[in-house]
Amino acid sequence: MRGELPAEVPAQPGARKPDPVLVIDSITRSFGGVRAVDVTHLEFQRGWITGLIGPNGAGKTTLFNLLTGFDRPDTGHWTFDGMPLSRLAPHQVARRGVVRTFQLTKALAKLTVLDNMRLATPKQTGERFFGALLGTWGRQEQANTRKAMELLTRFQLDSKADDLAGCLSGGQRKLLEMARALMMDPAVVMLDEPMAGVNPALTESLLQHVKSLRDDGMTVVFVEHDMDVIRNISDWVVVMAQGRVIAEGRSEALSSNRAVVDAYLGSHHDQVLEFDADGNPVGQTAKLVAEIESELEAAIERGQDLSA
Amino acid sequence: MIDIASLLANGIAALVGPSAIFFALLAIGLNIHFGYGGLLNFGQIGFALVGGYGMGIAVLNFGLPLWAGVLVGIVAGMVLALLLGIPTLRLRADYLAIVTIAAAEILRLITRSTSMTDFSGGTQGLTGYGGSFRQLSPFDNGHFYDFFGVRFLGQDLWAICVGWTVVGLSLTLVFLLVRSPWGRVLKAIREDEDAVRALGKNVFVYKMQALVLGGVFGAVGGIVFALTTQSLTPDFYSPPQTFFAYAALIIGGAGRVFGPVIGSMIFWFVLSITDNFLRQATAGSNPLISFIDNQDVGAIRFVLVGVALAVLMAFRPQGIFGKRSEVLLDAR
Repeated sequence: MRGELPAEVPAQPGARKPDPVLVIDSITRSFGGVRAVDVTHLEFQRGWITGLIGPNGAGKTTLFNLLTGFDRPDTGHWTFDGMPLSRLAPHQVARRGVVRTFQLTKALAKLTVLDNMRLATPKQTGERFFGALLGTWGRQEQANTRKAMELLTRFQLDSKADDLAGCLSGGQRKLLEMARALMMDPAVVMLDEPMAGVNPALTESLLQHVKSLRDDGMTVVFVEHDMDVIRNISDWVVVMAQGRVIAEGRSEALSSNRAVVDAYLGSHHDQVLEFDADGNPVGQTAKLVAEIESELEAAIERGQDLSA
Repeated sequence: MIDIASLLANGIAALVGPSAIFFALLAIGLNIHFGYGGLLNFGQIGFALVGGYGMGIAVLNFGLPLWAGVLVGIVAGMVLALLLGIPTLRLRADYLAIVTIAAAEILRLITRSTSMTDFSGGTQGLTGYGGSFRQLSPFDNGHFYDFFGVRFLGQDLWAICVGWTVVGLSLTLVFLLVRSPWGRVLKAIREDEDAVRALGKNVFVYKMQALVLGGVFGAVGGIVFALTTQSLTPDFYSPPQTFFAYAALIIGGAGRVFGPVIGSMIFWFVLSITDNFLRQATAGSNPLISFIDNQDVGAIRFVLVGVALAVLMAFRPQGIFGKRSEVLLDAR
């Protein structure tokens, strides 16, 4: 099942969506002289799974950090459901319904899996200093425990409920982080590389869980640098490179997009390579080889590490 | 020969004595800071100082009754926590450690400075603020009370009873807090602040509440000790005291409700036993241990406590009460 894809959404950077939930305008963030993020306009459609892809260093995670308040932009503003979301602290962003996960999973290791879940419940009486002392939070805690167990069952973690979260495997931590985010009943779930470091057997199950978030009416934005992972589940794909949005569209259309392929593979990728009978490069290929070799030599002279 | 009966009697007196109470209260505060909240407060003794001196100065200089002086001491602990927390709690944990240890030393140096003699008593310190505390005592202040060979002066027995009542109330408060969702948020902050922010909790507010609460325990410790000794001397509030409290916390087990109290009792029991043993063994014309001078005992007992602490960390890194499974997670 896919989200509705109205034909009128043009596949171009900054395209208008019929019902955007997040709207971003002229957001920039520089680290020293490097423009890590420089996005003029970007909209995320409500109820879609939007994949945010791009090669390493494209600014995907920085954009995530900016949108969720974990980093401050140099310029720019953005809205969630029409409400301004810029310049809010991370916890304020989360309370408004935009909840993120992290690339390096942040399971709270010395809390049990169940406590990890219950922690995430918003507006607990026992969470306030004097509320905790009054001792009237028991009933609320029971309800939260029930909800937590339901979610843990859905993510196949119910048997681990009383284990310390630090004992979970990498993939289980990803599942826990996703389940924990759902305790907050978010409107938008932002997943930072949910498949990173997960074994292939679990990837499929994780993808199904991401799809199920959309089926429950949530908007999902997720970062990934592996295009194959994104192809199956995203309704829409935004491609970033060097801090900018270079392309948008449906995933099938993007693999033939010149800008995208260049960003991933470099601009020489489609050149037909020519060799003579002895296997030596000739013509354009010989020129290319000479270029690469002189670049390598220059790099060695500068003392760069070629293994990187 | 070694008099084992007097060794044990002195050891048990130290186990429940005023020092054990004082360091138990300091360590209860540190347990909230470090054990549950992950906040590195290296200036807990500064909170004891503002507690004790707050009370003493309020009574002596401003003529307040003792109960009001106690309140002033507690409020002074809160104010110190706020002052230290506002600039540092948004930064990394190590900044709080630097600022707290510096603040505790600044406070000690100010109270002992001669220019403050009229206000804080300077190096001579303060006395005469706690007379009404002893008047409340149901015991005969000058009389020795004997419990199976363990002897306490009446005035100390009164202070010990009050002290352990305060420790009991503090533990009850800590117990109620750490089993609640509030305590869960605090433990989560210790694990990973950013994860807790991403779950919609205002981390700064929780850290500040923890800093104030732990600081109040430190101030209460200072007040109880100042009422026990009936005198305030600035150089008692020196940096090593904070680390004795940390030692007590780690022996007992950080992040466990009873850890700091049991740790403090063991710390003073071991210190008393080694002290008495060494003094007896090095005294007289034909000492049992001839290579240690009687004068060096005071320093060597701390060496032995250090060795004991190192052995404990090797075989029981979680402390007496800690959960081994939690500590093992750090080794992964």
